[in-house]
Amino acid sequence: MSPEKILKVENLVVTFPAGAGKKVHAVSDVSFELAKGETLGLVGESGCGKSTTGRAIMQLIRPAQGSVNFEGSDLTRVKGKELRRIRQGMQIIFQDPISSLNPRRRLKDIIAEPLDIWSKLESEERYDRVREMCDQVGLDFESVKDRRPHEFSGGQCQRISIARALMLSPKLLICDEPVSALDVSVQAQILNLLRVLKSKYDLSMIFIAHDLAVVKNISTSVAVMYLGRICETADSDTFYTNPAHPYTKALLESVPEPDPSLIGSEGKMRLSGELPSVIDPPSGCKFRTRCPYSQDICAIQEPELVEISAGHKVACHFPISR
Amino acid sequence: MGRVIRFFAKLKSLKLGVGFWLSVAWVALIVLVAIFANLLPLPNPDSALEAPSNLGPSLHHLLGTDNIGRDELSRLIFGSRVSLVVGFGSILLGILLGGLTGILAGYYGKAVDFSLNSLAIIFLAFPQMILILALITFEGRSLLVITVAIGIVGSPLIFRVVRSATQSVASREYVAASKALGASTSRVLLKEIFPNVAMTLSAFVFIAVGVAILAEAGLSFLGLSVPPPTPTWGDMVNVASSELEQNSILWIWPSLALLFTVLSINVVADRLRMKFGIRESFL
Repeated sequence: MSPEKILKVENLVVTFPAGAGKKVHAVSDVSFELAKGETLGLVGESGCGKSTTGRAIMQLIRPAQGSVNFEGSDLTRVKGKELRRIRQGMQIIFQDPISSLNPRRRLKDIIAEPLDIWSKLESEERYDRVREMCDQVGLDFESVKDRRPHEFSGGQCQRISIARALMLSPKLLICDEPVSALDVSVQAQILNLLRVLKSKYDLSMIFIAHDLAVVKNISTSVAVMYLGRICETADSDTFYTNPAHPYTKALLESVPEPDPSLIGSEGKMRLSGELPSVIDPPSGCKFRTRCPYSQDICAIQEPELVEISAGHKVACHFPISR
Repeated sequence: MGRVIRFFAKLKSLKLGVGFWLSVAWVALIVLVAIFANLLPLPNPDSALEAPSNLGPSLHHLLGTDNIGRDELSRLIFGSRVSLVVGFGSILLGILLGGLTGILAGYYGKAVDFSLNSLAIIFLAFPQMILILALITFEGRSLLVITVAIGIVGSPLIFRVVRSATQSVASREYVAASKALGASTSRVLLKEIFPNVAMTLSAFVFIAVGVAILAEAGLSFLGLSVPPPTPTWGDMVNVASSELEQNSILWIWPSLALLFTVLSINVVADRLRMKFGIRESFL
């Protein structure tokens, strides 16, 4: 009996107009599931479509095709008030802590915004709820309540964003590179905060990042995206110890070692070349232009995402086996 | 009382500079004398031939008299009404027309933006003087028509400013966050977009008021604004320019009034923009 799924994304396609009637497939045919209480790390290079996937799940960008099933309702089929009501159960935190907060509003109003939208609370109860949430995220409410976003540091802004997102007690939290814009020491604080809040509020998370070390820390499973497609997905242990897709292997080996003298330089796989353009992607396997194992078939046929062991799926004609 | 003191302390701490306060003082003075012109101990601005014409400055007529013996200071003060009403009124109308459509175009994008923006571009390409002249010709040279005409001409410019400000605000993540929280479109527009667009707009609005005042002065110089005997600054320059031989300094007063007023408004706009421009990123 598999654990209950909170989110099911099926064949998600997001397109953007690229001028002259052309369309860019920012996300093509992405499917995955998220079990309750799990954290899925969504990783990939800049421009691979991971943020777009996050926003498409939230319906902030409407997907062109596919379905997003959240707790039994397909979000792509609802709109207006209905969508807003169901979507309360999921929230999103963005990368840029400053841009996430309206510069013209004060902290107390920013965090109370979800309450103001959904319920008409007495000012006292509203005040208590905001103060309580500030405690949860480590902000001293009394001393900061009247400040505006530009008076906070990046880490504090991110705490405010988290507080605002949790105000509606969501079940799913999408974190779109929440720590990429922060100092390393602050990153650790925010990640710890997220971990604590996750268990306290019983959250499931999608954690979008390009930093594999950050993802390793927090995820129970990981999915790698390349040019709008998922090329490998596995639980966290398998992913980091036994990657099967050449791209995953290259990504993992590109993580800098604190002490390079401890490991030999041989056997390291390095990626060469640039990320191909999404406007004009390569035929067949999207990764073949940079793959050291590329063969003729890779240019002809696009590999399907197939399960090679329990919970471990790879889209590659020649997966690496150990 | 404490609140008033704190307010002034805060104003002082902003360090806006002497130029700013001089400008504010001048604009305030003009507005006050325009409002209370009837209560001031001034000769009737329209009563001709009560004094000799083309007098120089004297105690009875501080700025002298014009070609038909009307008190120049009185005409200057009553004339400021036309400038201020047209200047602020037309831009207010421009904000209502251009601002509202600009926010909608910038926020919704796509077909809404395309149609509204096309309209604005066509409007901007249309010879604006002809538009104003047509309106004046068919509707008469009343204060209302002049104000509306200049307001209509100004609205596509305001539309463009508001549209582009909205576009940049709408792409910010706090707007996406607000949508994700479940805010309705009207709430997003009112709470997230409008306050941020208003900042950008406010600086532009002051400059636009200056331009509108100059436009009215240009029209009245050509005799196309509110008809005589109502005093207007532009008409006073026109009168004085034909009397240069008899009264060589008469033209100075309305010209200075125009110059100081428009300059002051621009200085205020510029300082406000510098002090209250949107500060977001100190990272």
